Amino acid sequence: MALSKKTLIQMYETMNRIRLFEQRLQEFFAAGEIPGFVHLYLGEEAVATGACAALTDADSITSTHRGHGHLLAKGGDLKLMMAEIFGRSTGYCKGKGGSMHIADMDLGILGANGIVGGGGPLAAGAALAAKYKKTDNVAVCFFGDGASNQGTTQEALNMASAWKLPLVFVNENNGYGISCPQCKSMAVVDIADRAAAYDMPGVVVDGNDVLAVHEAVTEAVKRARKGEGPSLVECKTYRWRGHFEGDACTYRCTEELEEWMAKDPIPRFEAKLVESKTITQKEADKIKARIEKDVDEAVAFAKESPMPETSALMDDVYA
Amino acid sequence: MSEKTYLQALNEALRQEMERDENVFILGEDVGQFGGCFGVTQGLFEQFGEERVMDTPITESAIVGAATGAAASGLRPVAELMFVDFIGVSMDQLFNQAAKMRYMFGGKTTVPMTLRMPQGAGIGAAAQHSQCLESWFMNIPGLKVVIPSTPYDAKGLLISAIRDDNPVVFLEHKLLYGASGEVPDESYTIDLGKADIKREGSDVTIVATSQMVYSALEAAEKLKADGIEAEVVDPRCLLPLDKDTILDSVKKTHALVVAHEAVTFAGPGAEISAMVAEEALDYLDAPIKRVGAPFCPVPFSPPLEQFYIPSADNIVEAVKSIR
Ligand SMILES: Cc1ncc(C[n+]2csc(CCOP(=O)(O)OP(=O)(O)O)c2C)c(N)n1
Repeated sequence: MALSKKTLIQMYETMNRIRLFEQRLQEFFAAGEIPGFVHLYLGEEAVATGACAALTDADSITSTHRGHGHLLAKGGDLKLMMAEIFGRSTGYCKGKGGSMHIADMDLGILGANGIVGGGGPLAAGAALAAKYKKTDNVAVCFFGDGASNQGTTQEALNMASAWKLPLVFVNENNGYGISCPQCKSMAVVDIADRAAAYDMPGVVVDGNDVLAVHEAVTEAVKRARKGEGPSLVECKTYRWRGHFEGDACTYRCTEELEEWMAKDPIPRFEAKLVESKTITQKEADKIKARIEKDVDEAVAFAKESPMPETSALMDDVYA
Repeated sequence: MSEKTYLQALNEALRQEMERDENVFILGEDVGQFGGCFGVTQGLFEQFGEERVMDTPITESAIVGAATGAAASGLRPVAELMFVDFIGVSMDQLFNQAAKMRYMFGGKTTVPMTLRMPQGAGIGAAAQHSQCLESWFMNIPGLKVVIPSTPYDAKGLLISAIRDDNPVVFLEHKLLYGASGEVPDESYTIDLGKADIKREGSDVTIVATSQMVYSALEAAEKLKADGIEAEVVDPRCLLPLDKDTILDSVKKTHALVVAHEAVTFAGPGAEISAMVAEEALDYLDAPIKRVGAPFCPVPFSPPLEQFYIPSADNIVEAVKSIR
């Protein structure tokens, strides 16, 4: 599949945007400047990036508690996200939602989600709306290996298949649900095998290879747009950080972590781009420097923004 | 007797019951080596092994349902959900299966299952991780609903819950895990359905639950400065509810304020207020006042969240409006 230079560079930018945004969050969380829970996506950037690059703004996604990567890959605004995570009134949800609930309906982002498995049925609904209105749009449901065991996820898979909904299930298999390794929570090795139970295609891809993710999701999206129904794409990846910031992460060994960090999706993609002369190393460095500045600006915006007024407490409970 | 935290008290209750009865076992997400989301099951996996401290998949329906089925089959499961908010996923297994099984089967089974769940706001966890849902469970015949405030109560009530032959919803408050107090080292029980008077007073009864007990006690100290002696009654169980202790207190003080963190509208205070109005209206010198959360989801941003949570000052105000 020949991707345009523009697309390739955009994907490179997106991966770096996620990486640099989250590294900054990691620092601010450690400094006690961010309230609540922060679940970082570090190490998994290729999944959201590869998948969302197969979508248009009009397509929908549902995200998870580990949502920053999905949101940024779908076009989420750095400033509005940062402000939300800092609890400011200028944030995406006016400070009401925080990291786990950021949404942007204009970009088809039906929200990060605090409930594991909450996204599947919502994505089915978004796909149903597309089919109902004959819009040609598709929905992507991001979900973890842990979430794949949740009844809601299985119910959504079944409904999507029975109704031939334009839906792509993108499983981010990072091997753990908090401390629970995959081998203790399910008997199958490949979550993609479960697709057979719903009579839909299920494929396994290297989740640290943005192009492999992109190719598989593009294929599934094509199928969905043609009215042929849902697919399941399992992306094998790994989260670098603990489940949440502050998790001592004693349930995994450092060798495993190091092994996966050596498979860092970003330098890997960067090397490919440089090697194929899509970009020069200098250009790559410039891109990163620019994103650093964008993140700086987002931080400044968040920090200068006011906290919400208490008078806003009861706003938006009802339409 | 020694000083222990609420969390240690719960942990000790679990350990002592598991030592005493081999049919007691624990299941839930990350309850094993990880020690539970808030650390309540720490050390139990090491002591009892993975057959009795079972990490489950992330499947709340299956956790609650399996606990129910196991309970009906002779075991005494203690299931943990990481946050009460996740009960939504498994509600059918709780309210249509666990709660009704005995009644529907004509009394032919018991369901000695305990379901522990932390609830409450205050840690910036936002709307899907901060709710207080006790009134949901209070509306389901067949369940018992326990909501301890102190480490002493937490231990004794949890042991009673585990020994109880009914499904018990055991609601912990995540801000209370660090609260400390005197807790006997040995095992002891507290009757489910027996309220405790946390402070004696003559001028107004404040019925308060969970975290709000501390706010009520703080309010009582402030009121004392104004010459008002408040009695603080902690029901400890909302189902069954110790009506007598509440009514006796109201008959003594002639005024009632109910304080809880659940939303005020159709919250537990509605039931308590109605019960007092029905059974002791003549003793009241003033209208009943309720202090609870506003009718909105829990907001994320710290200033909003703090504003959302009912405070000691809200309780003081409520008392002063009638006294
Ligand atoms: C219904 C529900 N149950 C439990 C949780 C607590 N919880 C949050 S994230 C998580 C693990 C999710 O694992 P997985 O789906 O593999 O995603 P990952 O964290 O690995 O990205 C759990 C158990 C929750 N938020 N919602």
